[in-house]
Amino acid sequence: MTRSGSAEAQFIRAVPRRGASVPLTLDGQAIMATEGESVLAALLSQRGFLRRLEFGGEPRAGFCLMGACQDCWVWTETGGRLRACTTPVAAGMALSTATPALRP
Amino acid sequence: MADIVIIGDGPAGMNAAAVVHAHGHRPILITESRQAGGQGYRRPSPGLELDMPSLMGSEAGKYLALHARFEAIRSAIDYRQNTLVWNIENRTLHLLRDGVASTQSFDALILATGAMDRIAPVPGWTLPGVFTLGGAQVALKDQGCFIGRRVAFVGSSPLLALAAQQYRKLGADVVVIADTTPLLDKVAALPSLANSPRTLLRGLAYLGGAWRAGVPVLNGVTALAIEGDDHVIAITLKDSGNRDRRFACDAVALGYGLKPETQLAELAGATLVYDETFRLWLPRTDAYGRAGPGLYLAGDGAAIGGADAAEASGALAAHAALADLGFAEPGATMLGLRRRVGRLRAFQQGLARAFAWPVAQIGALADSVTLCRCENVSVGDVRRAMDQELGPVEINRVKAMTRCGMGRCQGRVCGPSLQEIVAGHAGIAGAAAGRLRVQAPVKPIALAAADAIS
Repeated sequence: MTRSGSAEAQFIRAVPRRGASVPLTLDGQAIMATEGESVLAALLSQRGFLRRLEFGGEPRAGFCLMGACQDCWVWTETGGRLRACTTPVAAGMALSTATPALRP
Repeated sequence: MADIVIIGDGPAGMNAAAVVHAHGHRPILITESRQAGGQGYRRPSPGLELDMPSLMGSEAGKYLALHARFEAIRSAIDYRQNTLVWNIENRTLHLLRDGVASTQSFDALILATGAMDRIAPVPGWTLPGVFTLGGAQVALKDQGCFIGRRVAFVGSSPLLALAAQQYRKLGADVVVIADTTPLLDKVAALPSLANSPRTLLRGLAYLGGAWRAGVPVLNGVTALAIEGDDHVIAITLKDSGNRDRRFACDAVALGYGLKPETQLAELAGATLVYDETFRLWLPRTDAYGRAGPGLYLAGDGAAIGGADAAEASGALAAHAALADLGFAEPGATMLGLRRRVGRLRAFQQGLARAFAWPVAQIGALADSVTLCRCENVSVGDVRRAMDQELGPVEINRVKAMTRCGMGRCQGRVCGPSLQEIVAGHAGIAGAAAGRLRVQAPVKPIALAAADAIS
């Protein structure tokens, strides 16, 4: 069992989105999102998970998508946290899939 | 001027605001969201080229009318978006917006907090690719995305067929619509559904469409497992003929009806009563939505009733609040709304039988299945804690011992299943297991924000 987290996109775009490109970083890698996207949709359109569970490290990708279950909180490089499903992307966001305490 | 505060900007909150405004007052409408409409009637996020009226189908007229009514008053009310109400204490609301805390008092409080999906665990349900049924719809309406390329819709809800129809319409591959309630139970519930034939026919039309398109539509299934290592690859089910069925997929939408968001109502002083039909703790209100002095509940957060009931009950609660404050005479409008809300909610009682919460299936879950996804607590962890000498049989004590329900979602997801596991393992009635108590903050906030006020 690898439990590494899938690199393949989980979300599939159904309808186009107009808007400016918004540059972010995830674990230090530059990624492009589009204005109006949620952090969750931006990340899951490019990969298969958002974060690792504090208990055991299994990958998680959110669940309720409406701000109730709190499964999609991701860390920022500065040690803050944001709820990915209800937070729109903003230029310069630096996100991390790892809990700060667990980072190398 | 009295402060009339409404929390939530779904159909109930939007309509409550419209009624208060129409009587010459300026309501304060507070919402966590950025797009009005709640979950069902939510507006797409800016820039999304989504044809909502087409997606809403037969409900497009209501969707457009509701938003047009709201747009007309939007600039005339005190509308506070992106604002979390995280506590209610001594008739004061504690708010948080962009990390800045504040408080707000009220003379009348109308809670229109809506609902989320009720979830029953299944082996593999914490895998990436498994989302709530409502979440599958939000992904589409709010973000224009499918939760996966090949999606299984599983649970027990009339919304399974609706969401599957929306996904198919925009080009997703729906691999199965699988409902745990047997077909015979649905037929038995028909008489109680007959007084709202339009809703019933709409549901049947969605199912008929799926069936004609070759989508397997199964009733009376048991979900066995969602397979995958680090993402979903298939779901296995036992069908009503006791055959094992496997459907390859990369996403699962899971939903067993809706569960009111009652946390703020409880903090505001509403009494919660166990409902045997829904097997949920629901806030007690009178026929107008009154839940205490100056406290009114409307929409799915008060009692599951769907969008039509939400619109009507929002208006009704606003009329009741205005009458109680002495700003309006209770009149024929109020009586008409009361009848309409009663009729629509009675229909949901029938739906709760046709799409039943799978109590026996939850009781039969293996010890290894994850029950609390926040704290990673298994069904077996709960049963073993209860089996100890003097082990707990009350749900809050089970929570204290196992941490099940203590995580960041505060039992929103695991609560109803934990209730069944505890009741089932102790051999007691659902209500006798007790009720998970809510605590502020109702959603996670930074400690600094709480300190700023206290």
